[in-house]
Amino acid sequence: MPTTATAAPAPDPMGADRTLMPAPLTPEAIAHLEERARHVRLETIRLIAIAKVGHYSSTFSCAELFATLYYDAMRLRHGEPRWPDRDRFLMGKGHAAVGLYPLLADWGFFPKELLDGYTRLGNPLGDHPDMTKVPGVDFSSGSIGHALSAGLGMVMGGRMMGRRFDVYVMLGDGEMQEGQVWEAAMAAAHQKAGNLIAIVDRNGYQLDGQVDEVMGIEPLADKWRAFGWEVHEVDGHDVAALATLFRRLKQDKARDKPVCVIARTLKGKGVGYMEREAGWHLGYLAPEDEAAAIAEIMGQPTGLAILQGDAR
Amino acid sequence: MTAANILAGPANPGSWQYRQLNARAPGLSYLSDALSALVEDGHLVMAGTADLQYSNGLARFAARHPDRFIQFGISEQNMVSAAAGIATTGVMPFVATFASFLGLLCCEQIRMDVAYSALPVRLIGHHAGIALGFYGTSHHATEDLAIMRSIAGLTVVNPADGPQLAAAIKASADHPEPIYFRIGRGQEPNVYEDLPDFRFGKAIEHETGTDLTIIACGTMVHPSREAVRALRASGLSIGLTDMHTIKPLDRDAVLAAAERSRIILTVEEHNILGGLGGAVAEAMAEAGTKAVLIRHGIRDEYSLVAPPTHLYRHYKLDAAGIETVVRDILA
Repeated sequence: MPTTATAAPAPDPMGADRTLMPAPLTPEAIAHLEERARHVRLETIRLIAIAKVGHYSSTFSCAELFATLYYDAMRLRHGEPRWPDRDRFLMGKGHAAVGLYPLLADWGFFPKELLDGYTRLGNPLGDHPDMTKVPGVDFSSGSIGHALSAGLGMVMGGRMMGRRFDVYVMLGDGEMQEGQVWEAAMAAAHQKAGNLIAIVDRNGYQLDGQVDEVMGIEPLADKWRAFGWEVHEVDGHDVAALATLFRRLKQDKARDKPVCVIARTLKGKGVGYMEREAGWHLGYLAPEDEAAAIAEIMGQPTGLAILQGDAR
Repeated sequence: MTAANILAGPANPGSWQYRQLNARAPGLSYLSDALSALVEDGHLVMAGTADLQYSNGLARFAARHPDRFIQFGISEQNMVSAAAGIATTGVMPFVATFASFLGLLCCEQIRMDVAYSALPVRLIGHHAGIALGFYGTSHHATEDLAIMRSIAGLTVVNPADGPQLAAAIKASADHPEPIYFRIGRGQEPNVYEDLPDFRFGKAIEHETGTDLTIIACGTMVHPSREAVRALRASGLSIGLTDMHTIKPLDRDAVLAAAERSRIILTVEEHNILGGLGGAVAEAMAEAGTKAVLIRHGIRDEYSLVAPPTHLYRHYKLDAAGIETVVRDILA
């Protein structure tokens, strides 16, 4: 295994190890999560400028999910990516890893300087995450449809080891078309994997167009319920709503059903021209577009305003 | 339901299937017993299968250690990916299904989640080759060695019998890489006594000879040994090497045999493309040996359907057939 694991000393973003429930969800805490989501978007733009092509819009749709999970919901220890009791995070939609790497660096799992060499020869950070190379990546991904099974395996292994951690698996909505997802869904309910939490980033688009035109997946909530899951639907850009939901889920230790959170999101969220243009799955910003995108991200509040606005 | 068996679908030792299993496939008890021994020695292992606990004999393990057994139902891909997830937590999972399903249906899960992720998952492909006889060519696995051998980071082992499988499983406790174990149907006669010496990548030389050396693997070791005995009794100088590890191949053993013998004959219950014959061909060609290579196995075709013993006879993969092949070569 490459030796990128030697984390440089970095300030703990939360000031302490997060083994206890976080402080009350104050306006300041909410503002902090919104700032972290902006950080995800800005870093995504910066890193993709190095690669010269990347998945901006798929990452923007889950920026608030990343922020809420990594700065509110998950139990992590700064600088200890292999802490055995940590909560796990897996990505079915591994192509959004560019938004995850800056948070892993922020947690002190690897030196921040590595971000500057994103996708360059010899650097561990690629478009899709590799757990053998990147400390803090709990599972490799790249072939859609495997992650929920792997997450279920982590639940089962943790059970045998007598450890209780939560396993969060972020899935794309196009990923619902993969058969293995439903094998895992059936098995997780059968195994009463109450600490398995699937999050569907329901941004409505996949490579070839709108999910519901390419291969319809609705009624999605009913499907998960029919498979024996507890289902929650939430605005995936409202960090207060997300944090409230994830806190409630964490407190329910007696739950014996796995949970599916369907997060309604916008592909390209935060940059108007990406939100309105379906072709923005994979792209590259010219310098003037990049400047406009950064300005928009810096100046714009996040939340329902966009969902209800002129986005589509 | 206790906490322990929430995970499991424990087998009923009084059931008809359970009794059939022990009566008809005694070789499979080595699998369950070796896994039980690991548990009882304090190793953090689990076993799982996809609706085949009576085919692979894991029912025996499940009855003994229900809290270490996972029934995945008919979802092989989910089983392999979940095994990878289990392995991330420090538990070593052994998951078993028919070799045809494991090698072909789960190929990408094995490559992505197990091997690329470098997790110590143990994959057990049973009823490999043509062992499922008349159940259908769909159930035959004559491609799995070629597929598994090309997956980087995966150790590929084809034990000759139950005792060697048990020894390999025992040795796997200290083996950090993922492993593919290719095994038969549990009705093969034993070649070895209980717990023979076993080292991954270290072939076992049974006989040496100058006319021809057979390099065999898996279920073909026993009939090859019978054939070699008959051939030697008639005055021919015939060697035999058990190449139980296909990857990493024991190149030194191949080249030593090629140094001594004019002809190397590989014998495998697999397509002659890409498996043992392919691996030995690569080693011999790269070293530029003087010995020539002949590959014996399934000749790049879909195998016929018939009772296994009839198929072994048809494809000259029983002792008499292998003896005939050698005599024809030397004639």
